[in-house]
Amino acid sequence: MKPEELEGLARKARQHDERFAHHISVCMESGCTSSQSDVVLAQLEEQTQKRGCAQKVRVKPVGCMGLCCNGPLVRVDDRLYQNVTPADAGEIIASLGGAAVERLLCDTQQAFFTKQKLVVRENSGRTDPEDIADCIAHGAYQSLLKALTGMSPQQVVAEISESGLRGRGGAGFPTGLKWATVAKAGGTRKYVICNGDEGDPGAFMDRSVMEGDPHRVLEGMAVAAYAVGAEQGVIYVRAEYPLAVKRLNKAINQARRQDLIGHEIFGTKFNFNVEVRLGAGAFVCGEETALIASVEGNRGVPRPRPPYPANKGLHGCPTLINNVETYANIPAIINHGAAWFGAMGTEKSKGTKVFALTGKIKNSGLIEVPMGITLREIIFDIAGGIPDGKAFKAVQTGGPSGGCIPAAHLDLPVEYESLMKLGSIMGSGGMIVMDETSNMVDVARFFMEFCMTESCGKCVPCRVGTFEMHELLDRICRGDGSPHDLAMLKELCDMVKQTSLCGLGQSAPNPVLSTLRFFEDEYLTLIQQAQQRRDQEDRTADERHLALEVLP
Amino acid sequence: MITQVASSVESLTLRINGKDVSCRAGDTILQAVRDNDMELPTLCWLEGLTVWGGCRLCMVEIAGSPKLHAACATACQEGMEVQTDSDRLHRYRRMIVELLLAERNHICSVCVSNGHCELQSLAQKLGIDHVRFAYRNPQLEVDNSHDRMRLDHNRCILCTRCVRVCAEVEGARTKDVKGRGVLAAIIHDLDQPWGESETCTSCGKCVNVCPTGALTHRGVAVGEMTKKLAFLPYLTLMREANP
Repeated sequence: MKPEELEGLARKARQHDERFAHHISVCMESGCTSSQSDVVLAQLEEQTQKRGCAQKVRVKPVGCMGLCCNGPLVRVDDRLYQNVTPADAGEIIASLGGAAVERLLCDTQQAFFTKQKLVVRENSGRTDPEDIADCIAHGAYQSLLKALTGMSPQQVVAEISESGLRGRGGAGFPTGLKWATVAKAGGTRKYVICNGDEGDPGAFMDRSVMEGDPHRVLEGMAVAAYAVGAEQGVIYVRAEYPLAVKRLNKAINQARRQDLIGHEIFGTKFNFNVEVRLGAGAFVCGEETALIASVEGNRGVPRPRPPYPANKGLHGCPTLINNVETYANIPAIINHGAAWFGAMGTEKSKGTKVFALTGKIKNSGLIEVPMGITLREIIFDIAGGIPDGKAFKAVQTGGPSGGCIPAAHLDLPVEYESLMKLGSIMGSGGMIVMDETSNMVDVARFFMEFCMTESCGKCVPCRVGTFEMHELLDRICRGDGSPHDLAMLKELCDMVKQTSLCGLGQSAPNPVLSTLRFFEDEYLTLIQQAQQRRDQEDRTADERHLALEVLP
Repeated sequence: MITQVASSVESLTLRINGKDVSCRAGDTILQAVRDNDMELPTLCWLEGLTVWGGCRLCMVEIAGSPKLHAACATACQEGMEVQTDSDRLHRYRRMIVELLLAERNHICSVCVSNGHCELQSLAQKLGIDHVRFAYRNPQLEVDNSHDRMRLDHNRCILCTRCVRVCAEVEGARTKDVKGRGVLAAIIHDLDQPWGESETCTSCGKCVNVCPTGALTHRGVAVGEMTKKLAFLPYLTLMREANP
């Protein structure tokens, strides 16, 4: 494709769009589809045919609109409808151009929408992820064009470094620094890998980005490949995300057909190819060295670092690995500049972050907020607070590597450092809210069970340590715990954290450590109750013996 | 004894446990420690095999680094200050060995390797006289299908020395690991009985590198199984000398 063809394609798609008087967008991501949004879409199309307005109304499938708990969501011109059922299709089509269907209306002025800042998700819910022309009409591949035709690879790296973007996969490593390392690494063959092995319980941000705007991920990867000097990309997605896999493959095929991926992109010397590789659902394969082993066709287990993948990664070549959301940030940074991006967020955490809100809240779903927003704003404004008049107890961030943050710290700004200070981490963006009915020891046990079953078994501290920690937590939860168990648990936490081979083991104790830090009384109560029960049992046994002795 | 001809190899100086030592550039901390007659326990590491970094027994402290480092997988650097033993490291090592003892069914009194077992010796050296963790007591099988050798999963510590020697030295790739976490286990080919493996050359290298009584020759009684490890450094050296 030549540079001017991109604009031509966009214009054509926009003109096609303008022919329609009404636009109906139906969310076709995993969440809404599970409540029949695909049937809603089909019904809406059927109704337009039936009412003879198919020429005037465009019904298109789009990505996630955020408020997943009220799905299926349907946007009709500038109105948003929630909880739409297939039976509502006729009424919606009939109301076009007239009064809205009141009972389905979703208030777009509520804090859930107004407090968000969309960067990564700017096109999600607007474009048809399976139609490259529609995506191009909304600006897709503009940043690739700009980078390839107007910037040197060094300038791209410098722009990303200046933006202050940090890895969105969890640890928050400066992205620009990573790119610079790979760019500087020797060797003619390099790789870029997109880590789409999202596995935290309650996290679905990356899935949504891949399902809702796959071209954005490809674009980010292509820019990265150009910047570091790679020609081959790999998107590693877990096979449990079939829709994401399908859409990514479709996006790759469409981009290839338009010569946006392939040889001499935009008439430059830059070649880029990308393929999708499926993971079999091992959590540990989100760890970069295990991911590389898996892509190479080996057993997905981590190896000691250094050498880091930036110097010696896939097939022994310098490899850039970034998370889906990190790549999805790239087009915006290239298009609008580092200064624009750096203006959002806080001093050390720039930009926005996508969170998957779940748990005991009114509005579950996906949000994108500027860094530095407080947890209180997220939970009580955006998420709408705790339902059924219950009290907030804690919010879990960072999945099995993170921790629980209690009510006392609700006014904490959300940024990498502040969360780490509290013993949690930003993580990939899962946020599970718990109310007063949740037992924190049980929460710790749940995450430990997750780590135990997901440990690859390579290193002893993680393999057996997580098993023994789970055993101790289970004993305390069951009401059989003793003060000695708690002491052993603490010792194990320390050892597993310090000696494990990879991040999975090193962070597996975090949920225990953070619940011990803020909710140790719950552990102690359970242990005390167990002690009292045991004492009572002993007393009853003694009395029985005594009774036996004194009877004639 | 065959010694490698050293051609002007760059050397490094570092401090290990307060003692100045020198080593060749590219040596790992573990090599430097052992070349200088100091002790550092390992179970998965074996000279002549690739580094695995799984047992975590050789964790050491390096001045200026907040993390612990596996000595087997960390290269020496000029001026490095390494501490191989401290209260903390000793405590961790003890716990790791205790975890290994609790993981499967290590019953020395009926073990053919009793008295010649690396796990047992290490436990003795670390002063372990009881295990504080809950024994897992898994129900595991003994693969008796091979006519000369035996794999007793009850005594396996998943160090994968057998897997590596099979792939890297013998070149057969018969052995591998299946499953995750505590459910991981050594397998032959596509999880077939050992005796039915088509790739196994019955060379017996796996038996000799196994640190415990998990892999043994058949027909040995309790305490009789001794392992001969000397073949491995010899083979590696010969290969390096005659590429």
